[in-house]
Amino acid sequence: MQFMLLFSRQGKLRLQKWYVPLCDKEKKKITRELVQTVLARKPKMCSFLEWRDLKIVYKRYASLYFCCAIEDQDNELITLEIIHRYVELLDKYFGSVCELDIIFNFEKAYFILDEFLLGGEAQETSKKNVLKAIEQADLLQEVRSLATA
Amino acid sequence: MSDVVEKTLTALPGLFESQTGAAKITNRLRQLIKSITELTSKHEEENLIKRELSAIKEQVSSPNTTMKQMREIMVRAMYCEMLGYDASFTYIHAIKLAQQGGVLEKRVGYLAVSLFLNEGHELLLLLVNTVLKDLQSTNLIEVCMALTVVAQVFPKDMIPAVLPLVEDKLSHPKEIIRRKAVLALYKFYLIAPNQVQHIHAKFCKALSDKDPGVMASSLHIYLQLIRESPDSYKDLTGSFVTILKQVLGGKLPVDFNYHSVPAPWLQIQLLRILSLLGKEDQSTSELMYEVLDESLRRAEMNHNITYAILYECVKAVYTIHPKAELLEKAARCIGNFVLSPKINLKYLGLKALTYVVQHDAKLALQHQMTIIECLDHSDFTIKRETLELLFRITNAQNVTVIVEKMLDFLRSCNDEHTIIHLIGKVAELAEKFAPDNSWFIQTMNDVFSIGGDLLQQDVPNNFLRLLAEGSESKEEDDQLRLYAVESYLTVLKGHTSHLPQCFLQVMSWVLGEYAHLQESVDRREVIRLLTQLLDQRSVSSETRVWILSALTKIPEGQTDLILDLAESLSSSQDTVLRQQAQELRHLSQDSQLREWVLPRGAPWDGIEVDSSLSFLDGFVSEALAAGAAPYKPPHQRQEELCEDRALNLEPYSFSLPVSLSSCSITDRQSPTLLSVSSGLSGNSAELSQKAGSSTLILEGVKRVWGKDGYLPQKEATAPPVDEPSAAVQPASQQEAAERIEPRPEPSTQNQDKQQLASSLFVGLGVGSSVSLLGKSEAPPPRFRKKPRPHESSSSSGTSKRSSDSSSHSSRNTTDSFLYGSFPEEEPATSISTFDHTPKSTTANGLSQNKDTKEDRHANTSQILGGDMVIVRPSTIQDKHPPSVSSDLTALLPADLKDLPHSDVISLTSDPSLSLSSCRLFRDEALLLVIFISNCTETVIKDVAVQLTCEELKTASLRGNVMDCLEARSTSVCHYALLMDDPHTNVSLTGTVSYQTQPGHTNTLPFSGTLSTADFIRPLVVTTEEYGKLWLSLSHDVKQNLKLLTDAGDPLRTTLNALKDALQLHVVDIIGSEGIVACRLLSGAPCLLHCRVNGAALAMWLRSPHPALPDFILYHCQRALAHH
Repeated sequence: MQFMLLFSRQGKLRLQKWYVPLCDKEKKKITRELVQTVLARKPKMCSFLEWRDLKIVYKRYASLYFCCAIEDQDNELITLEIIHRYVELLDKYFGSVCELDIIFNFEKAYFILDEFLLGGEAQETSKKNVLKAIEQADLLQEVRSLATA
Repeated sequence: MSDVVEKTLTALPGLFESQTGAAKITNRLRQLIKSITELTSKHEEENLIKRELSAIKEQVSSPNTTMKQMREIMVRAMYCEMLGYDASFTYIHAIKLAQQGGVLEKRVGYLAVSLFLNEGHELLLLLVNTVLKDLQSTNLIEVCMALTVVAQVFPKDMIPAVLPLVEDKLSHPKEIIRRKAVLALYKFYLIAPNQVQHIHAKFCKALSDKDPGVMASSLHIYLQLIRESPDSYKDLTGSFVTILKQVLGGKLPVDFNYHSVPAPWLQIQLLRILSLLGKEDQSTSELMYEVLDESLRRAEMNHNITYAILYECVKAVYTIHPKAELLEKAARCIGNFVLSPKINLKYLGLKALTYVVQHDAKLALQHQMTIIECLDHSDFTIKRETLELLFRITNAQNVTVIVEKMLDFLRSCNDEHTIIHLIGKVAELAEKFAPDNSWFIQTMNDVFSIGGDLLQQDVPNNFLRLLAEGSESKEEDDQLRLYAVESYLTVLKGHTSHLPQCFLQVMSWVLGEYAHLQESVDRREVIRLLTQLLDQRSVSSETRVWILSALTKIPEGQTDLILDLAESLSSSQDTVLRQQAQELRHLSQDSQLREWVLPRGAPWDGIEVDSSLSFLDGFVSEALAAGAAPYKPPHQRQEELCEDRALNLEPYSFSLPVSLSSCSITDRQSPTLLSVSSGLSGNSAELSQKAGSSTLILEGVKRVWGKDGYLPQKEATAPPVDEPSAAVQPASQQEAAERIEPRPEPSTQNQDKQQLASSLFVGLGVGSSVSLLGKSEAPPPRFRKKPRPHESSSSSGTSKRSSDSSSHSSRNTTDSFLYGSFPEEEPATSISTFDHTPKSTTANGLSQNKDTKEDRHANTSQILGGDMVIVRPSTIQDKHPPSVSSDLTALLPADLKDLPHSDVISLTSDPSLSLSSCRLFRDEALLLVIFISNCTETVIKDVAVQLTCEELKTASLRGNVMDCLEARSTSVCHYALLMDDPHTNVSLTGTVSYQTQPGHTNTLPFSGTLSTADFIRPLVVTTEEYGKLWLSLSHDVKQNLKLLTDAGDPLRTTLNALKDALQLHVVDIIGSEGIVACRLLSGAPCLLHCRVNGAALAMWLRSPHPALPDFILYHCQRALAHH
């Protein structure tokens, strides 16, 4: 996977993760173009898009678009399921996730993503294991804030 | 995901109230987000963020800010960056936070680093120590964080620093750590493969890890490794098959299930690996048939995820060695995809079809109606994929329909990448399958007007080359050209302002060259149309140059008009245009000169471009004498400019534009640059076209198809059909029609579709597809490019050579069997084919010829055993002082004279014969030439030379057996010597047997040694190639050598000394480092990296051959010691 973007129906970026080194200018350009292209697509159209020399796989969940860029030989359907699994993880963690959860706790969303995908590849596909890892790290946080309180 | 409740921003205030007490830390962020959502304009947002950023700036630089506050600041900075504002001043603080904070702060710090910094960012170097510390931490969470960041961003040069620690983690008791370590190593492998070469064994351990997560992670590495060299991992096939079987059998913990499908990600990864392993390998493929079958069977259609697995499975089945039963099942699966009402699956189905029609074109036929529907689909993605599929099934019969469809699509498409991609395919199809001239020209017109200036430069270049070089028949060529001229005249008579520059250039070139073929049209009309273009403002100055050069080529025009034109353009700002105008003026006034510069109908191949511009030598030397500064190529200038500016961390990546590439750019530039540089620029367009074609040719064009259409490999399986295509075509149409017949009440729309189907899929039906595959009737490509002049000469050269060697081999099988790989010499004397029976040939390739006299008629190549010796001057001088005059080299055969050679040295002598030898360095072998001189006044008979050397492969090429040697004459015999494994020195022994009197055989033994250095050849590579090669090589030797310090530039002097002694190729010298390349004959390369280190030369050698660096080092040492 080359990168993952989360953006709202209004075109606001909510999360961006780049697995290939690109300069900021290029990243902004890609984001702008891609958000535009994806938002212009009708709901019944297919979730895949050939864009430049990449394949874009996107899916809309409520008001949020999840969008991944993969290479041509990669499997589009499994990427779609990667998105879905990520949404499941977010859902489980936040408890019925919504866009606001991701806006206000975007760093948490990143932590979850980093436990699920690492360097652009699926790291751990077991839902239980991912959440366990996150919970362990979070536990420290609570312990500390209790101690300081 | 329907259970996700959509909460809108209007719910915001309530949310705040409920959460205020919970987390004070993120309060500022909440405020920020809240205030942003309340804003109405982009401008207000900018102001707000600006204020926010300056507040952040103030806070981070304040010494009172605690780490906890810093964490909160960092989150805000991340948010600002995500909105697209620059917060780069916080990057360093992110690193500090990761370094100094507690676990919580560290987590945010590391996250910020991975979001802010790219792989190449210089601040990353500051992170290395933190990572090192955390990797050694006893806190698991810290270790996890460090590994996570390492697997995302890490400076390449610092990998060695953390590698041992990461490696250790592979045997960590916690599976999460092992898993992350594996992925970190995967990342290292991607950015610096040679760094992790030594730990392949540990990957193997990860593959057999008891935790499925760790095992799955290791598959990423294996997929990559196997993609690069499938042959090295064939032995793992069994393991992968077993793992897949276990996964399918539900042996993994239920945690890994995804929608009740066991570990789908793992399955897909394994299927990919298996397809790579089984590709073109029957025995390996056989191992996986069973599991693939099971995989196809198990994946029941109920969810996306099973389709994802099926898709991968189908691809695997079609990639590996085919098995009919599996292919059938896979084809049925594709049907399920294509026919699915779900659009995503339909897309995948089309993609799978595109992949499999390369193997079986008939599959497309089964789904023709679906394909037709998809062609008119409202979704751009589906349409495009359908066209991709059609492109794969194009043949001479359906090309017009398919190209029409593609052009229709392109006309309504406004995505640049898609246009460039597809228009190139249209051009390719047009060139390959064009049914007639007018269609071809018309299609190319469409290509040029649709593709416009987005077109890859090679499309117009290929087209013009095709027109210019033509085929075998001049008549046909002229017809095509005539069509082009006529068509362009029509185009130019219409509206021209919207035409792309590239099309105008093509037209003006063609009109300039070939307008004379069209006799019915007045030249003046052509000139008028062309000059009209010059008046348009939209025409670029480059196109103007093309037009002017076309005008220059059209003779007997209206001189007045031309002169006026030339006059007005002579004052143009553009120097190239001005020059072209001057030329036009001169040539139109002097018809004789024009005749000479631009000969009409001159043979195309005869033009030679003097790219070295040698005709300017006189001018240059005059200018130099007058004090002008000598020319420096651009890269040298730039190099001098940035000489001491930057620290070059990457020794072999060329940071500067390489001169070669800039050269080729100038070469391929349109008329402009060439006409500047060449003296005879009147013909510049032609010249440049020539030059252009010499750089472009076919490299850019992806040859998906053989010239015979697709699937030539099916030839063997398909029964041959002799019917001519005309007979087959209606049959297949009929069949297509029959296929559709059962459909209920065909509406007119359906009938249209059916008609379209029959025209699209013609040539794919059972009958015709066979004939297509069988190739017996598919028409040859209409336009076949002529090989370019130098290509043709070289290819004819090779073919001659190969025919030589094949005839040779029929004469002497032993010889060609053993040494067919290097070009053989013609035997010295012509041979009247006699029955040569090879003597006993031993396994090691030396035929032991005990009695050469009996076999002397067979003066063809023979490999003889014997005892004899040749010596390097350095080693044998003591034995036999060189007494041989070098004029012996004059006796060398003409074809060898030009090879670099050593001095002639005396080997041995007796009263009758004296022997001397000389070494000739040919690229693929060392030639050893032995001069046999008759010192007597009588004829010596039956001279036979035998040579042996255990370490080398030797082959006598000619002259080792002679009937008689005339008095006072010298005969030459020579051997080719090959060294497969390097040895420091090898000794040769040999004998010469001869008869001074009949029945009385004398023998004269000789011996000598050869050094490895004789077998070293320069390896000419560019710096970039060197860099790549360097990374791919494994065997390392490092040593300090003596540096020759007696001259101004010690490094250069030393390298030159080595180069002279050992025939090395000095690739580049950058500052105090030099890179040198050589190879063992045409075999294993050896790369040398030399760096001045005080008074010594630190030399680092790499080669795929384990022993080669040692031998080369030895000879380098010797060469420098002798210096």
